Amino acid sequence: MGGRLKIALLLAPALVVIGVLFAGGLVVAFVQSLGYVPAIGMTDLTLNAYREILSDEDFFDSLVLTLYVSGVSTGVATVLAVVAALALRRSSGRVSAVVFQLPITIPHLVAAVGIALVVGQTGLGARIAALLGLVGEPGDFPALLYDEYSVGIILTYVWKEVPFIALVVLASLRGVASELEDVARTLGAGAWQRFWYVVFPVISPSVVAASLLVFAFTFGAFEVPYLLGKSYPTILPVMAYNEYRDIDLSARPTAMAINVLIALITGAVAALYLRLARDLGRRG
Amino acid sequence: MGKKGGNLGLAVAAALVALPFVPLVLWAVAGEWRFPDLLPTAWSPRGLAHLVEPGGGVLGATLNSLLIGLATAAASVAVGLPAGMAIGGYEWRFKGLVIFFVLLPILVPPLASTMGVHVTFIRLGLADTVFGVFLVHLVPTVPYTALILAGVFSERTGELEEAARTLGASAWQAFLRVTLPGVLPGVAVAGLFAFLISWGQYVLTLLIGGGSVVTLPMLLFSAASGNDPVITSALALAFALPAVLALVLALRVLKPGERAGGFVGPGKVS
Repeated sequence: MGGRLKIALLLAPALVVIGVLFAGGLVVAFVQSLGYVPAIGMTDLTLNAYREILSDEDFFDSLVLTLYVSGVSTGVATVLAVVAALALRRSSGRVSAVVFQLPITIPHLVAAVGIALVVGQTGLGARIAALLGLVGEPGDFPALLYDEYSVGIILTYVWKEVPFIALVVLASLRGVASELEDVARTLGAGAWQRFWYVVFPVISPSVVAASLLVFAFTFGAFEVPYLLGKSYPTILPVMAYNEYRDIDLSARPTAMAINVLIALITGAVAALYLRLARDLGRRG
Repeated sequence: MGKKGGNLGLAVAAALVALPFVPLVLWAVAGEWRFPDLLPTAWSPRGLAHLVEPGGGVLGATLNSLLIGLATAAASVAVGLPAGMAIGGYEWRFKGLVIFFVLLPILVPPLASTMGVHVTFIRLGLADTVFGVFLVHLVPTVPYTALILAGVFSERTGELEEAARTLGASAWQAFLRVTLPGVLPGVAVAGLFAFLISWGQYVLTLLIGGGSVVTLPMLLFSAASGNDPVITSALALAFALPAVLALVLALRVLKPGERAGGFVGPGKVS
């Protein structure tokens, strides 16, 4: 009994902070999404906001864009991370530590600004292209910011998240994979066979877990698309923010309904991640 | 893959990591850099001077960022340490559920919950205040400190504490003299982490601060939306500085084996 009380007391401060500021906020957001916002005189409970966004083309454009940005960012980052981890697994020392840790530590906004100055139409890339005689005017260089394909956003996410996934891959490579690989080599397996039949099965669960984290993060992140994205369609968190900032306060339930859907999707990914992580922990 | 291939790979990776910093550093000290010149044709201290200009607003914003970051780090460690001890140090029922609950704010964007608490914050007079911003910064930081410290506690066996108790120490003495010094490096990492997360916050400060609480990312964002790459780059470098310092510190303090585990979590610094 004393033990249980002790656990409860130890957990209490953190659970109160998360319970009030996070869970409480989500509950309020959900209630407001049902049209209950007494502060502005709305007290009827309805599903109108959900009905509205689910029949709204803008919402679907946003959803598709959000899935595209987070899906492509996660996919590209995962592939590059596995390649980088395999190529760099034997290098150690300060340079490789900085290479892996710096992008993880640098704020997203800094990365976004730096990437924009590299890939923008007057950026470093365009200047090099001009030097090579490929473009004459800045306008000749392809628009990679505020663009149809969200290239600037995706590049920023890839730059930030590759080292994160790569560190996870490195950690799982350090274990049983290298021993098994030596065995496979002795038995005459080629480089591709060693990767496909030995290394890949060992690292894939933790790669999937890390990718899920990156997907959930990029799905719900706000500032990089807010800075480098075009004005229509926007990704879902930016759409929710714009609805929330709308002078017309009756847009509030719509903003909250979008928020609730973002929370449901990322929450489902979180549950999936935890399940996977627990299974990984069980296997040792 | 031979040693040579590894070195070439490392060089390529290092170049890609360094790439976004090249224009940032050049622009920050550029006087004139027209298209299509590859390098600035004139240099100027204007960008860096803007950072320390009295009345320029950058010093005040930096102070706000520092104050909120330090308070957030201290509070997150105070709240996360006992939670980490419970999660990492003991076995109990419903632990998986509690871990899920603690992990949620890391994965579900705190934007949604913050819009939810906004109305209450306005009613309580917490909106547009530094204290209100500090409170919402705890949402992403407390889960990280709790989980990092849970990892630290799960590696302790409790044998030293038992020995101390056998030798006559009270539970409190054992905690203060044995447990705490043992977990101190972990506490430092967790605190540093919380500081960096708070320092990097943009949208939570924007929502709850409502423009009245100006931190460094607010200035960086409005500069980046404008048309002055010199000022933008100088601000970006200033904004990146704590992260770089933390990395240097981590590389000096932590032993090689600890490095990889020192920093985890996707994009946790924004």
